[in-house]
Amino acid sequence: MNWLLYLITILFLAYSYVKDKGKTKKSLSKAWKAFENILPEFLVVIIMVGLMMAVLDPELIVKVIGEDSGWLGVVLASIVGSVTLIPGFVAFPTADILLQGGAGYMQIGAFVSTLMMVGIVTIPVEVKYFGGKITAYRNALAFVFSFFVAYAISLVVNLV
Amino acid sequence: MIKTIMRYRWVIISMIVMGIVNIADRGLGSRAVGTTMMTLKEMLFIIPPIFVLLGLLDTWVPKDTMVRYMGEDSGLMGILLALFIGSAAAGPLYGAFPVAAVFMRKGVKFSNILIFIGAWSTTKIPMFLFELSALGAPFAITRLLVNIPGIIIIAYIINSLVSKEQVDGLYLNAEKLSD
Repeated sequence: MNWLLYLITILFLAYSYVKDKGKTKKSLSKAWKAFENILPEFLVVIIMVGLMMAVLDPELIVKVIGEDSGWLGVVLASIVGSVTLIPGFVAFPTADILLQGGAGYMQIGAFVSTLMMVGIVTIPVEVKYFGGKITAYRNALAFVFSFFVAYAISLVVNLV
Repeated sequence: MIKTIMRYRWVIISMIVMGIVNIADRGLGSRAVGTTMMTLKEMLFIIPPIFVLLGLLDTWVPKDTMVRYMGEDSGLMGILLALFIGSAAAGPLYGAFPVAAVFMRKGVKFSNILIFIGAWSTTKIPMFLFELSALGAPFAITRLLVNIPGIIIIAYIINSLVSKEQVDGLYLNAEKLSD
């Protein structure tokens, strides 16, 4: 999928360069500035993710979000999903392994949903652009919303 | 120089913490370093094209155009575009925030920016395809169908909770972030 993003970017960039060299240079300098601006926050986030993921290993996760863990398991799965930041291509296979390892659909639904929507470790980045209040609202609402998602998934999976 | 060190002080502090962890527990430390390097690689691979695209968007697309399609009076069109652009994105959520700043500068309506962020966070098309194959259709499709209205509802709730002054403040801040 990444090559597609690169292909699109290169095509746009080439088109821009043919049309107007000056504007292309300006675009690239803006791109760099925007990146450098947020770089310190990015670096802190990835170091924190590294530390956190070393502490939370998959076995520990399965233990807390097993099928019989009920709503408490859903809450715990949501918390784990909120504090972790795993790329999707790692997260989905991991979730599949957790399901096969005995985790429940409702708990995994909550985990996947919060993993994608709630970002505790990325708060420093979000605050920089949206301020503390909106960042808090967004993450809190996404957290609560993930319970609905989890419930809906468990209903549908049990029906099918 | 001092200014740069001040900007990067938290990076320095977290690197020191990483160092201490490595001294205290070799196994834990090497796992932490491994994950950090993996995430760093992901960031260096996916983030550059996103920023180049947002640079191009910033210089080439006139504000008027963005206002017309996604601004105050853009209605359903603005909502659908916000959902689509967010869903077509690649990369982790933290890549979406600088794009949101460019949208602010271009006069995109705040609720549409929130919808865009929501879509980027959870209905990304490449991720959906991946989820479909890993966790199955009932799981992935249910999540998608619940998410689309959910994202819009969350956006409108947040929008109703913040004052106009706060939103104006954010838009002003976005101008400053670009300099």
